[in-house]
Amino acid sequence: MRFLPVLAASLIGILLALGAYTFLYAKGSSYLTNDPAACANCHVMENHYRAWMKSSHHAVAVCNDCHTPPGLVPKYTTKGINGFNHSLAFTTGRFHEPLRITARNVDVTEKACRKCHTDIVAAIEGPHQEQNRLSCIRCHSTVGHLE
Amino acid sequence: MADYERREKTGFGARTLTVAVVAAALVTLAVLALLVNIFERKQEARNPFYRVVELTDDTEDPALWGKNFPHQYDGYLKTVDQQRTRYGGSEATPRTPTDVDPRSVVAQSRLEEDPRLKTLWAGYAFSKDFREERGHAHMLADQTFTERQQVTRQPGTCMNCHASVYVPFKRLGNGDIFKGFEKMNQMPYFEARKAVNHPVACIDCHDSQTMQLRVTRPAFVEGMRALKASQGEQNYDVNKMASRQEMRAFVCGQCHVEYYFKGPEKRLTFPWAKGLKADQILDYYEENPHSDWTHAESGASVLKAQHPEFEMWNQGIHARSGVTCADCHMPYMRVGAMKISDHHVRSPLLNINNACQTCHKWPEAELRTRVESIQDRVFGLRNRAMEAVVALIGDIKEARARGAADAELDLPRRLQRRAQFMLDFVEAENSTGFHAPQEAGRVLAESIDYARQGQLALRGAKVPGLQTDSAVRPASATTPKGPSK
Repeated sequence: MRFLPVLAASLIGILLALGAYTFLYAKGSSYLTNDPAACANCHVMENHYRAWMKSSHHAVAVCNDCHTPPGLVPKYTTKGINGFNHSLAFTTGRFHEPLRITARNVDVTEKACRKCHTDIVAAIEGPHQEQNRLSCIRCHSTVGHLE
Repeated sequence: MADYERREKTGFGARTLTVAVVAAALVTLAVLALLVNIFERKQEARNPFYRVVELTDDTEDPALWGKNFPHQYDGYLKTVDQQRTRYGGSEATPRTPTDVDPRSVVAQSRLEEDPRLKTLWAGYAFSKDFREERGHAHMLADQTFTERQQVTRQPGTCMNCHASVYVPFKRLGNGDIFKGFEKMNQMPYFEARKAVNHPVACIDCHDSQTMQLRVTRPAFVEGMRALKASQGEQNYDVNKMASRQEMRAFVCGQCHVEYYFKGPEKRLTFPWAKGLKADQILDYYEENPHSDWTHAESGASVLKAQHPEFEMWNQGIHARSGVTCADCHMPYMRVGAMKISDHHVRSPLLNINNACQTCHKWPEAELRTRVESIQDRVFGLRNRAMEAVVALIGDIKEARARGAADAELDLPRRLQRRAQFMLDFVEAENSTGFHAPQEAGRVLAESIDYARQGQLALRGAKVPGLQTDSAVRPASATTPKGPSK
């Protein structure tokens, strides 16, 4: 029974090392940045990344500008939720193709349009925006990335 | 007492330690599994293809190409499938193989589905055997063994679109595909058949070194040059001047088009010098007199429209938006980390998810309904046009039996030629109007009108006849003059 503490300590050491290496190998810290290349760490996003480079918004907005809400806490909450869901889907290989955006993420993106284009959108939407809100990306589907 | 002492020494009980060991082991296992998964995913993205065989400009056999491009080849092989949609697609029909025709499965007979087609094509080989087209894999066998071969002698020209001819053309022309093309056109069918080995293959659309799309059919090169010249662009060279996206339609347009065999040398020719619309093609056939056969019942010099998918698509909204054949019939799909074109060429209705929903974000059922409602309407119009043309043929036949002079029958016969070609232009086109719904409707409406005029002319009425649309319009009807923007 004397070897147990040594075994436990070694295992936990291995776990920490392996965890650290996996984090580095998977470029874990890149997810804390705003760099769009980080979103294409997984090849499933490759086409979206390329499409974004060709889009009208690539000079003014990166992934996080449209796909995360403003403010440190909301931003990292959204990153956390999506990061977990995406990792799970990509690791298990169980996801719908073509990829479909979730309701929560549509909402984030719709609000993102209004961050910059408030004046023009307010004029279009008028006073009833809460009940019958227009969708920007329904028609402007190519501004961010067509795919 | 002993247990207490041990706890004193280490600070933890044996049970706690065991749990810690097991937990650490399990988590380590999970992290290791994740690491390997990440490694695999990264590897997927690394190598899009392995060159296991060296391809050259003379590699004809698609199986060799398939060694370098197994995913594309898998799809290509799937074109043997026979699956129906509401208006298209073939159904596997069993038949007893004979010495002349060893096929044990064919497609359903269109002549049995609609016997009016026999009247339409009376005196022409198509009235003997005409079946729904099957997938690319069957193109060579289905043409070799059709009963049409037994009632008529066809030229080697047919091989242009029923076989992989790029390498055979090169062989026959000593490296010059145009010379090889001319030679094969003049061979009898079964002699040319010996010069070819495969249905359409990789090399017919792809350059063996760069995999870029390229046009390999002289008739398309010449047809496009004539079409572009009519639009004011001289010396158009499709392989040098077409964009990558245009090529995704042009390689298909090498075969899915209206054509005829010009002159005694049987040169395959696309009648595009006046434009791609049905009436422009008819005008071309008036200026460059051509008829496919003399109608057995009416005596009219008539034309058979072939599958003008490329021409019809050109009149539609998808072409207008820059969406090509490959975008819907060979949509992109993901295999591992690769994005490839689905080489299982087929109806988009069998693959709505990839074919339509990439752009049209509506439920599958909704999209199918949209397509089928267009096709229902066009098919209804097609049936009415068919009735009208068959009625005109019947009337001319009756007048002939009565002993009417050829001079009297001249205008009705010319109207039949026009009405019949326009009907056939939609009937033979493989989308039941979907490629250009309004154009299909217009062409059928004009077909019905020509048939009506033909019947009136037979009864001695004065009709506008073969005048074009602008001449038919009465002086009182003016074109709206508002600004177009």
